[in-house]
Amino acid sequence: MSETLDKPAAQATLNVVGTRPIRPDGADKVTGRATYGADYNMPGQLVGRILRSPHAHARIVSIDASRARALPGVKAVVTSADFPDLASEMHDGGEAASNLRDLSLNVMARGKVLYDGHAVAAVAAVSAAVAEEALSRIKVIYETLPHVIDVEPAMSPDAPVLHDYMFTEGLETPPTVASNIAKRHKNVRGDVDAAFAAADVIVEDRYTTQAVHQGYIEPQACVAAWAEDGRCEVWSSSQGQFMVRTYCAKILGLEISDIRVTPAEIGGGFGGKTTVYLEPIALALSRASGHPVKMVMTREDVFRATGPTSGAVMHVKLGALSDGTITAATVELKFQAGAFPGSPVGAACMTALACYDIANFTIVGWDVVTNTPKTAAYRAPGAPIAAFAVESAVDDLARKLGMDPIALREKNAVRDGTKASYGPTFQNIGYVETLAAIRDSDHYKSPLKPNQGRGVAVGFWFNIGGESTAAIHISEDGSAAVVTGNPDIGGSRASMAMMAAETLGVPVERVRPMIGDTASIGYSMLTGGSRTTFATGMAVVQAAEKVILDLRQRAAKLWEVSLDHVVWRMGQAECIDPAKPEKKPMTLAALAAQSGRTGGPISAQVTLNAQGAGPGFGVHLCDLEVDPETGHTSIVRYTAAQDVGRAIHPSYVEGQIQGGVAQGVGWALNEAYIFDRDGRMENAGFLDYRMPVASDLPMLDTIMIEVPNPRHPFGAKGVGEVPIVPPLAAVANAMRGAIGVRMSSLPLSPPAVLAALDGKGG
Amino acid sequence: MSKIHITTTVNGDPAEFLASPGMTLLDALRDELGLTGAKEGCGSGDCGACSVMLDGRLVCSCLVLAPEVEGCRVETIEGMAQGGQLHPLQQKFLEHAALQCGFCTPGLLVAAKALLDAHPDPTEVEARYWLAGNLCRCTGYDKIIRAVMDAAADLRQERTA
Amino acid sequence: MPELAYLAPSSPEEAARALASAGSRPLSGGTDLLVQLRAGRVKPDVIVDLKKIAGAVGVREENGGFVIGAATSGAVLGEHAGLVRAWPGIVEGANLIGSTQVQGRASLGGNLCNGSPAADGVPALIAARATCVIVGPNGRREVPVESIVTGPGKTSLVQGEFVLEFRLPARPARASDAYLRLIPRTEMDIAVAGVGVNLVLDAGGVVTHAHVAIGAVAPTALLVASAGAALVGGKLDDARLAAMEAAVRAACKPISDKRGTAEYRTKIAGVLSRRAALIAYDRAGA
Repeated sequence: MSETLDKPAAQATLNVVGTRPIRPDGADKVTGRATYGADYNMPGQLVGRILRSPHAHARIVSIDASRARALPGVKAVVTSADFPDLASEMHDGGEAASNLRDLSLNVMARGKVLYDGHAVAAVAAVSAAVAEEALSRIKVIYETLPHVIDVEPAMSPDAPVLHDYMFTEGLETPPTVASNIAKRHKNVRGDVDAAFAAADVIVEDRYTTQAVHQGYIEPQACVAAWAEDGRCEVWSSSQGQFMVRTYCAKILGLEISDIRVTPAEIGGGFGGKTTVYLEPIALALSRASGHPVKMVMTREDVFRATGPTSGAVMHVKLGALSDGTITAATVELKFQAGAFPGSPVGAACMTALACYDIANFTIVGWDVVTNTPKTAAYRAPGAPIAAFAVESAVDDLARKLGMDPIALREKNAVRDGTKASYGPTFQNIGYVETLAAIRDSDHYKSPLKPNQGRGVAVGFWFNIGGESTAAIHISEDGSAAVVTGNPDIGGSRASMAMMAAETLGVPVERVRPMIGDTASIGYSMLTGGSRTTFATGMAVVQAAEKVILDLRQRAAKLWEVSLDHVVWRMGQAECIDPAKPEKKPMTLAALAAQSGRTGGPISAQVTLNAQGAGPGFGVHLCDLEVDPETGHTSIVRYTAAQDVGRAIHPSYVEGQIQGGVAQGVGWALNEAYIFDRDGRMENAGFLDYRMPVASDLPMLDTIMIEVPNPRHPFGAKGVGEVPIVPPLAAVANAMRGAIGVRMSSLPLSPPAVLAALDGKGG
Repeated sequence: MSKIHITTTVNGDPAEFLASPGMTLLDALRDELGLTGAKEGCGSGDCGACSVMLDGRLVCSCLVLAPEVEGCRVETIEGMAQGGQLHPLQQKFLEHAALQCGFCTPGLLVAAKALLDAHPDPTEVEARYWLAGNLCRCTGYDKIIRAVMDAAADLRQERTA
Repeated sequence: MPELAYLAPSSPEEAARALASAGSRPLSGGTDLLVQLRAGRVKPDVIVDLKKIAGAVGVREENGGFVIGAATSGAVLGEHAGLVRAWPGIVEGANLIGSTQVQGRASLGGNLCNGSPAADGVPALIAARATCVIVGPNGRREVPVESIVTGPGKTSLVQGEFVLEFRLPARPARASDAYLRLIPRTEMDIAVAGVGVNLVLDAGGVVTHAHVAIGAVAPTALLVASAGAALVGGKLDDARLAAMEAAVRAACKPISDKRGTAEYRTKIAGVLSRRAALIAYDRAGA
């Protein structure tokens, strides 16, 4: 069930936007024809395999690959010696900046291994069996080092230091000794001490979460070919072909112009495919062997070696007046970054209080390296973790104040004109409307049964714009090909086609959306940050407008009227010159058919750097039921409301919301990285990682609030990330309601729930 | 390593291939027969992306050795649309937007067809448990379940019509 | 490079000969073996597929009881109406092994001989007092199910031996069984604890025979005689159930691992035993 609550819209009547056509790539994806990363082969390709560290932290004393090289069928072995030793250099890759040296060291360990699963060598061979035999013949001598997994032990002065060159940034006094603390973030407003002193009610708690994985079902996969002239071809599954091109060039010391990357269909990413793991290695193996090399990760590789998001330890203290005005907040966030700096703690600090108008606060964040896989972006990076802590505290505050949890949030809600905790002033946000939608929902008014609890939580995400390219080519029959540079991770082809069709005034079936390789379309930042429908969609609309201008000019020429006297309406040029009433409208198809006589093919390209992505807010409502004898939890009802700006294709917007909820519920209830005493991951498989299955969830109801974003032609805001922000706390708050005990550590697995229940009883 | 000659029927057509004894049915389909609709998400039977029918039973093709299918009937996603027409389940998946990235979709469709062939009138709970072996990380399953239930209703109507 | 061969013998004796070499490995449904092969945890030189052996697949009634081919898939067991009627607990245990897909392959023989302490198929078989027919180089022998597994991944089978079939005794009128397990999700997990309960009642609803077996709470599945004894001699009242629960908990010797703590497993085993006993009692027609 879903409903749309519409604000009076500024837009003229829309014919395509807001409808639910079948996605243009649908038939390929329900018949098995769509070609994902591992579905592509090149003639003469070899199989590439990676040797991974069995240690969480060790010095590499030596690597002897001679026995592997001697094995018949082995065509190449590479180690860090085959990659340039890069200097520290920050590169802005889109959603977040990456240090190229760290990126390179993560792709292939040099000198030290920093986590269980860290790549130390790779082979290319004629078959998988030969490649695996070759791996077993590579002799690596390690000198194991003490390791540290959890964030607080890693911050301790006596912790084993991962990088002896790393000194904490962001402190008033620069430190003189290296530590695992990469950076401190700090954001202060007002006088928090005075505000706490004047507060009527104070709540305070410590919260912990564990590292969790994006859990995309398609493991990373690529095929790479290095030609004798130095030109390279890469086929890979990623969230951005241009990102892959840049990183491969940097890591291998190549010219960008020598690499062409073709995006495969992508089988899920959720931020996890915003970086490279295999592609540079496959290229290095191809260079060394003279053959194309295909590499596909196993699921175990995906868990051990690709980026999860951070585990965290957090402290939140809130102060309020007895009328519910929140006057003071301190938030401290300590995030695991994994083996290299760059946890999402910065974004977590910015989002932690973004839903609240609070006069006095201090937010401190710590980015801490640990002997775990380098974290990668995961859907609204950092925000769900911070929201788990803050929204749990707000729930406790409501209880202590005796206030309805939605009323408390409404009282302190940011609105248009509020200066956000992270700086800018909010405009055109739909947060209070979203709160009201949940408050007024049937779900919120429905009674609960025994052993059930209900939780509310809210969430925020910035959403981004950025650089995009779109091209539209009109065929001689008047149909349109729309080419962009953004992999379609969840149905964006549909929204691109719809926005082009709406603008051109043609049926959506007449538009064929395509995703270009890096040589066929201009630069586009990767698919991430909920930017594609907003930024790339804007480029598509502008390209369509450019096409329309061209069509009007051609019609004006044919009709011998001024351009002002040609308007574009419902897919055709109309002459409004009162002197020429006899000129009948000309359709796009008619104009296209005579394009040869009016100036040649009709085509337009737009590049832009989109600004003004509207921030998104979500409000979630969760009912769960606990088996008091076993601690087993069932989600019995869930409703998620979100301000989506304008739903271009409502079904896929609902789908984004539902998918975010499911991931958040998994995070809350069962998902977690589990390490043994030696720092090896114990549950590197779907069996024991425990993502939600179909029988774990009820239907997931959605309410779309449409407060249009004036910076987008149709009012769209990013929608993909917001919905994973509230669920952790919504579930935890429902658990508080069900069992009467605040559980402040995730996951809320059955043993933990039963222990909490027993703690209360005993 | 001597290979074994396997003769089988795939989507109604005879198929032959050579398999090393340790090769899985999934690898045989993808690498020997060029049928890449079945996907490998885990290789351990925990995600269902490689689901196929083997002699009328739903199985994970990653958990079957290729030599085991000698003389058997294999049906894959590639055989689901017939005569250029999508199967009602495929059509409902599209109408309900029951896929986002689409990677789990072939396995889910094969599993859902097996469900409706065996149980034409499943409850929502039965459908959820039947499909519990098919992980989807994009959709939260809501639209998938709706598509399956809707297809089931249509198929029942077709049968009685 | 190691060689691997695949054999699919058609007779038990041929299979026993094929399994005589130390590097051989029997293949039943394959849902454990293929995972172990892929992970490199086992490196056999010959895989012996048991499913082509006459009698290894299928369910037949014999002398009022049932004979289950050890390589029969869970899906086939679930479709056998007579077996489901007589031994619903055994079938639900078998049907809890993995997904629908896994059900198409996984067998009780494989589930048992894989030697996992958490095997869902095993406790109800033990509670049923089922026996295994073992074929090997020295012919056939028949032993109780609980004598097969000796520790995690270890069995009492000698080289060349394999389990051909399970035998279930004839069922009196008022008798039934049940199996329950606890997992963190609703499907697809390995049991944190599992309990099978098998009851026989008299016409008045008094329990005349009771057997309770527990899984995932000790190095092997265990028959808890004291738990069964606690139920015999009366109806399932609270006192008897409490005594059974206490006996079950006392018998637990679990480990703490990624799937649950020892304390949690023990507690849950008690809860599950009570719930399973009540289901079995109800099914038996009390």
